[in-house]
Amino acid sequence: MSNQGKVDCGRRRLIVATAAVGGVGAVGALVPFVSSLLPSERAKAAGAPVEVDIGKLAEGQMMTVEWRGKPVWIINRTKDMLATLPKLDDKVADPKSEVASQQPAYAANPTRSVKENLLVVIGICTHLGCSPSSKFKAGAEEGMTADWLGGFLCPCHGSTFDFAGRVFKAKPAPTNLEIPPHVYLTDPRILIGEDKKGA
Amino acid sequence: MKKFLIALLFAPVMAFAAGAALHLDKWPGSVSDKAALQNGAKLFVNYCLSCHSASYMRYKNLMDLGLTEAQVKDNLMFAGEKIGDLMTVAARYDEQKKWFGATPPDLTIVARARGDAGAPKAGADWLYTYLRTFYRDDARPTGWNNVAFAAVGMPHVLWELQGTQVMNHETHKLELAVPGKMSPAEYDKAVSDLVGFMVWMGEPQQEYRQTLGIFVLLFLAVLFVVAYALKKEYWKDIH
Amino acid sequence: MAGGIYEKYKSDGSLAGNVLEWVDARFPATSMWKGHLSEYYAPKNFNFWYFFGSLALLVLVIQIVTGIFLVMHYKPDAALNAAGVPVAFASVEYIMRDVPGGWIIRYMHSTGASAFFIVVYLHMFRGLIYGSYRKPRELTWLFGVGIFLVLMGEAFFGYLLPWGQMSYWGAQVIVNLFGAIPVIGNDLSIIIRGDFIVGDATLNRFFSFHVIAFPLVLIGLVAAHILALHETGSNNPDGIDIKEKKDEHGIPLDGIPFHPYYTVKDIVGVVVFLMVFSAVMFFAPEGGGYFLETPNFYPADPLKTPPHIAPVWYFTPYYSILRAMVWNFFGLDAKFWGVVAMGASVVVFAFLPWLDRSPVRSIRYRGPITKAMVTLFVICFFILGYLGTLSPSPMGELVSQICMVFYFAFFLGMPWWSRMDKFKPVPERVTMK
Repeated sequence: MSNQGKVDCGRRRLIVATAAVGGVGAVGALVPFVSSLLPSERAKAAGAPVEVDIGKLAEGQMMTVEWRGKPVWIINRTKDMLATLPKLDDKVADPKSEVASQQPAYAANPTRSVKENLLVVIGICTHLGCSPSSKFKAGAEEGMTADWLGGFLCPCHGSTFDFAGRVFKAKPAPTNLEIPPHVYLTDPRILIGEDKKGA
Repeated sequence: MKKFLIALLFAPVMAFAAGAALHLDKWPGSVSDKAALQNGAKLFVNYCLSCHSASYMRYKNLMDLGLTEAQVKDNLMFAGEKIGDLMTVAARYDEQKKWFGATPPDLTIVARARGDAGAPKAGADWLYTYLRTFYRDDARPTGWNNVAFAAVGMPHVLWELQGTQVMNHETHKLELAVPGKMSPAEYDKAVSDLVGFMVWMGEPQQEYRQTLGIFVLLFLAVLFVVAYALKKEYWKDIH
Repeated sequence: MAGGIYEKYKSDGSLAGNVLEWVDARFPATSMWKGHLSEYYAPKNFNFWYFFGSLALLVLVIQIVTGIFLVMHYKPDAALNAAGVPVAFASVEYIMRDVPGGWIIRYMHSTGASAFFIVVYLHMFRGLIYGSYRKPRELTWLFGVGIFLVLMGEAFFGYLLPWGQMSYWGAQVIVNLFGAIPVIGNDLSIIIRGDFIVGDATLNRFFSFHVIAFPLVLIGLVAAHILALHETGSNNPDGIDIKEKKDEHGIPLDGIPFHPYYTVKDIVGVVVFLMVFSAVMFFAPEGGGYFLETPNFYPADPLKTPPHIAPVWYFTPYYSILRAMVWNFFGLDAKFWGVVAMGASVVVFAFLPWLDRSPVRSIRYRGPITKAMVTLFVICFFILGYLGTLSPSPMGELVSQICMVFYFAFFLGMPWWSRMDKFKPVPERVTMK
């Protein structure tokens, strides 16, 4: 460079212009690379909503399906099971399901479900990700304490959940079990992974 | 020195010498005819997909032909697959090999594979010729032979549409012995649509690629103008 | 010329100045900037042929960046998936269809591979005609020959990865060539393949070579190539040594600082290159069947050889030479001598600085003999290349043999023909032709 300290006006303008156009090009060139980091069609297909037929799910029974690699439980709760819920309002950490991230708006109700009897819940403990075991029998029969009304016990660190997936107080798990987006199709099918507004 | 660069440009033309002995009919269709491609998709799913997989395609991609998800599900999906699934065959490929002697090849990119060096688009011509030159041949186990693919293991799946052709051994030309459900002109159009679908399926984004290319080149032209002006400005210093 | 002779930056009191002074006390930042850019004096008469060095560097960057993103999705596995297609092959189609923007990245990489060789051949041709390989730049040239060899290896390993028919059978043929080496040949082939045939073991080790081993070597050689060049300074189309005439500050009279003059000029070169590159990538990514070869749209089938195996276009001149050697000598197979001839045809470039005995560097001041020899050499190279794309034939074999003889005669006869020529007087100062 000749020993001028400063670049003159015309040059500065051209440098800025070239840099600006070049910059636009660089951003454009980045687009395919950054896009390639997003979930591919294969990932989207694997994570697609799952349709479940609950026609044969008898009262008191639970079925498990897989969605996005996670176990989703569908439980046809009996009237007795549902009756335990109000009794536990002061024993669970989030009785009114106020932590919004754990359920869609249509499941922020006392039974945490769309249809009163049917619970659709992701069977992964909100502590560190183990899958809780079902402990549906009340009392000490299944190794729980005498005042146990029925629900789930996580074997890893002892968190317990009721028949609406609500976590008990003073347990390692911080929040209620997550309710996935879901929508009821023509009876007796549920679509898990999507709700009325679409994917 | 510039002569050498010009010589370089002629290389693809020179390579044409490695030509085919078989005369191929030119595929008359176009990848931009969406209606034709939709018809082709229907033919593919009805006639080909029972044996040949298209295992790099997803049913969802068929929506790019201008169809809604519902239309794809109702007309182009039969076996309880999901819209995001790959278009695979139900049978296992090793069992197909046992039954047929050879596994029917995957057809997703067959239009690209059947091209020639120097003429990559020749794949469409090959497919168009192939699907129209089956003829009766009792010497073959399937009863069918083909002009483009001698001793092919595939029967003439579309025989009901085309009718039955025989080879006239004096003229070495094919003649329609028994007419099919379609007239020759209708059959040619149907095959053209089917080939068009396979050409599209070989590279679904080909039209978008070219559109994007135009934008890229226009952008680079603008960048060239500024960059050249910048160069000229600085090089005023140099004598 | 990094290190010692450049002063370390003294801050002007601004924040940026202070940071730079801090860095300079610990790292030769200003020294490198000055030595390689703002005070690297290059001849002012660089012409069109001088674009290809920076373009080669650009293509290297393109290949590395696109390669990094391809590796995120590509799977080097020869086993068949549920649909009966090899996983590696299917993963390439996955990139083309299921990965957002994947097809652009794939086409950039495939176009880039061919572009790399076009640019490098033109870059080598510049060196040939202007005598850039001559003293004192022999080492720059040798590093360049090294880069060329490593680049050929890199391309060869990379071509197996899509696991198409051409990938598979091309690798099969080339690895079998090593079997032609006497005594150790067979065992060598097995070690290269990791198996008795080209298979999953081969695919995985070629993946390692292509993705990390050879790129690291390539980057090292490119750095050495540029450092060696900067140590001697660049040649120019007139072949004149610009350092012979300096001004009172020690700056060559015919030299201009690389930055900003050649940075700004090379930007234009880059833009024009990108226009050609994009035209190919977006409108003819298959390159007429030469950049993406049609047989490679079939997955590899060890039981079925395609009717016509040929290496990718950039290897065809050497392939022709390989096929041209049809005679057995000294009890050794023609196949072996073919490998020797093919190797020699690449390695012979390394000897150029010592084969050329002309008193004049650049072709501009050399006579008709040089011009004829270079012209014929280039024509031979193209003919060999073209013949390499075709199936063998008696006529092709004869023509290849003639061209091969001339090819070697060009080099081996150079000590004589380069001296025999008429020479024109070389000017004192560069000409802006």
